[in-house]
Amino acid sequence: MKLSIKGRQAMWAYIFIAAPMLFFLSIRIYPTLYAFNVSLHEWDLLSKNKPFVFLKNFERLLHDEVFMAALINTGKYILFSVPIGLALSLGIALLLNTISKGASIYRMVVFIPYVTSVVAVSWVWRWMFMKQGGVVNSIIGIFGIARQPFLDSTSQAIYVVISNIIWQALGFYTIIFLAGLKQIPQTYYEASMIDGATPWQRFRNITIPMLNPTIVYLSVIATIQTLQVFSQVFNITSGGQGIAGGPLNSTISVVLYIYQLAFINYKMGYASAATVVLFAIILIISLIQMKVLDKKYDY
Amino acid sequence: MSKKGISFIIAVCMIFTVLLAGCGGQKNETNTPGQPEPGKSSSEGEKVSIEYWQYFYETKVNLMDGLIKEFEAKNSNITVIQKHFPYDSYQQKVAAAISAGTGPDIINLYYGWVPKYVKSGTLQELPQASFSAEKIESSFAPMVKVNKFDGKYYTVPIAVRTLGLFWNKDIFKENGLDPEKPPQTLEELVEYAKKCTKVVNGNLEVEGLTFQPSGQLHAWFRPVLLEQFGQQPISEDNKTVQWNASENGYKAFEFLVNLAKVEKVGEKDFFTDDSTAFISGKAALHIDGSYRLGSLKSQAKDLNYGVTVLPSYNGVKTSFGSFWTNGITTNATAGKLDASAKFLEYLTSPEVMRTWTEKIGEIGARTEFADDPELLKDEKLAPFIKQLPIADSYFYVDEDADRKALMDAIDKVLLNNMDPRKALDEATAQVQKLFDEYWAE
Repeated sequence: MKLSIKGRQAMWAYIFIAAPMLFFLSIRIYPTLYAFNVSLHEWDLLSKNKPFVFLKNFERLLHDEVFMAALINTGKYILFSVPIGLALSLGIALLLNTISKGASIYRMVVFIPYVTSVVAVSWVWRWMFMKQGGVVNSIIGIFGIARQPFLDSTSQAIYVVISNIIWQALGFYTIIFLAGLKQIPQTYYEASMIDGATPWQRFRNITIPMLNPTIVYLSVIATIQTLQVFSQVFNITSGGQGIAGGPLNSTISVVLYIYQLAFINYKMGYASAATVVLFAIILIISLIQMKVLDKKYDY
Repeated sequence: MSKKGISFIIAVCMIFTVLLAGCGGQKNETNTPGQPEPGKSSSEGEKVSIEYWQYFYETKVNLMDGLIKEFEAKNSNITVIQKHFPYDSYQQKVAAAISAGTGPDIINLYYGWVPKYVKSGTLQELPQASFSAEKIESSFAPMVKVNKFDGKYYTVPIAVRTLGLFWNKDIFKENGLDPEKPPQTLEELVEYAKKCTKVVNGNLEVEGLTFQPSGQLHAWFRPVLLEQFGQQPISEDNKTVQWNASENGYKAFEFLVNLAKVEKVGEKDFFTDDSTAFISGKAALHIDGSYRLGSLKSQAKDLNYGVTVLPSYNGVKTSFGSFWTNGITTNATAGKLDASAKFLEYLTSPEVMRTWTEKIGEIGARTEFADDPELLKDEKLAPFIKQLPIADSYFYVDEDADRKALMDAIDKVLLNNMDPRKALDEATAQVQKLFDEYWAE
């Protein structure tokens, strides 16, 4: 058996790729497919039988009030945290882009929240927004505003969590935006200035179009990350022996509900069905975002 | 193709085969749990090793280590291995191990989890010789009956707990109440709590009575308040949830939520939670279990407090009883089963129970401890012990979901101003669904 040089190179490539592929197949693909399989079964973790129930789990999800609440809440998390987070970080990036002295210090300050532990920060949030003796309530008290229940309120709790998500992700978005801004050739701005363009016109017609790939990337990443929000909700809203996602499921996210179904109620099949739904949602949203946001600009 | 290339491919293949074989091998090993092969009976003198699992609670783990040593000294052919896991992951570990066919021979479970484990076929009926239904019912506290299935018992506790009423004597004094006279009835409870509640500028400073649905409040409601108002929480056959079966059920629930809504003697999450508020001297009255005595001893040395039995109502005196209990899993067969039974017999002997009561603060599960003069000398522990014969348990099919349903009902009333009757109806329907699922098939 003789192989050409090209064939030999290809063979080596396959051999080298085999190891990571095997890893990927056994660690990622196989469990994913297995979850699909489990979603068609009714499986109580404690029980040895796993009867095949086909789509019954999905049918139950349709009528599950808590799952619906989780979907709506997750929608809220995305709807508020992604646009606000991106807009704020673009603003910060534009400001940082204009300064030259101490730029690295400012960048570091902005980036620090992103590398802090989610759990620690969530607990800080929880203490800040405590009804009794929370620092936020003391501050608004100075301005004569009545004490707010925050985490103890079905209407306010979710925004406390959203503020935490935005705060934490801001640094990452800002740094990516900064990198995007640095990529824009100065000559475009110089040319437009000679033509008498206002700052707004420059921002609208040069910065935004040139930043488009960055915006697409960040909104896809941010949406997917927020779809999977768990730690913040879990740590901010579980009090004492209380159950996370409260009060009254007003902050529960899809992933948190999946966790509770699987590891507190042991309904593995039902939880897997919920993950399959989440998987489908992530897939669809990502595809739509890529199609809609990824406009090509020609200059 | 060069020789080098071929040998490399072979090497890569071999590595993968070894890796795969390794995985397979491990699986096989874990599937046949070790030492004396199950099925083969072990004659006297043959070594048997059994595994005992419990969650990590330092004093319990340490005491168990000592008890195991003592047991092994008496039974030289049995080795007991204790394994423990943090409370938060304990249930997950147990469920995962059991579903994989591994896991312990004797397992320590919260009584409320037992129905789930019985239904899944994880536990086996306790050996008749030492733990027949008659024996258990004649010598153990009546609350253990909650886990009787078709006349069979699958678990037996070493010790049990009851709920009692803690009161802060200093706060009583400040508010002109006799510090040595705790409330005896629900009416007095509300009256005293209102007197002790301190509100400054609309902000609660001192709670009259703690109000923490996630704490013991839900256990106080069912079964205690429901029974006192004249409504059994669950039907005799453990199949129907009856929280709202009569006007009395609604009244009990309204009484509970009104403590926070109308009387405003307590607030949810005040000072983090109920026990923290009481330990910090920010609550006058607090309902909790005997296990709280330990943390009060270590965290609140200067707190001037007393403990008494739960207040009565309509002349009904009762308390909520709960316990951690031990069962033998289906893993234990033949020699292991004999050894597990022996170990369990040892654990539930009066001597071990006495040590357990002294070291852990839970009360020995045998009724004889209810009038044990030695134990009754401890005036803080005595109220809990006295309630042993009257304390009732509540039958859970899913402890977590049941508790959540009630907590949500309370939240609906307090946060969303829902009509308490409607909130209770919804919670009852929710829990009934759990029961229907459990009893289906």
